[in-house]
Amino acid sequence: MANEQIKYVTAPKVEDTRKKYCRFKKNGIKYIDYKDANFLLKFVNDQGKVLPRRLTGTSLKFQRKVAQAVKRARHIGLLPYVTDSLK
Amino acid sequence: MQQYEIVIVLTPLLSVDAAAEGIAKFSKILTDNGAEIVQEDNWGLRKLAYPIQKKTTGYYHLTEFRAPGDLINKLEIELRRDERVLRFLTIALDKHAIAYNEKKRSGAFNQKKSVKTEEAAN
Repeated sequence: MANEQIKYVTAPKVEDTRKKYCRFKKNGIKYIDYKDANFLLKFVNDQGKVLPRRLTGTSLKFQRKVAQAVKRARHIGLLPYVTDSLK
Repeated sequence: MQQYEIVIVLTPLLSVDAAAEGIAKFSKILTDNGAEIVQEDNWGLRKLAYPIQKKTTGYYHLTEFRAPGDLINKLEIELRRDERVLRFLTIALDKHAIAYNEKKRSGAFNQKKSVKTEEAAN
């Protein structure tokens, strides 16, 4: 009777069961083009900041390439350094 | 002879032929000093993501070339000296980048890639 309404003291942490994978290794993409702004938008949050690996699931090697490509795109004015509503 | 790629952003204030003349000046510097231009790409006027020198649009030009290493410094000095150039970015291309550019030129690349990333995205 008691366990019908099990009340959790803290909210149960809903695990993201989807297996994250590195899309670059999977698709065999070898080079991330810094000129391709709308492809880079996928790795940037709506403030223009680079998304962390734990959200995108990319491997370390390609995360560095993504970060470098985003910084180059920012330098030549394709991506903003900081903005409020990018997407 | 390393392969390089340079993106030049010119101020939008000058007329089209003045912009073309500015670009021609730099490609002349390249060809004079024994560089071999692989590809020139003109994106024209584009909106900048943030104002550069109080301007919100820029005239983009991309040049891919093969050159000896010491030429880059001379080219960049010229670019810094020219006040029409808002910003430039010189990149040395590794083999993956060269393969990517080759594929991009042949055109077969983008349809396949965008399809794959879309399907990978969802």
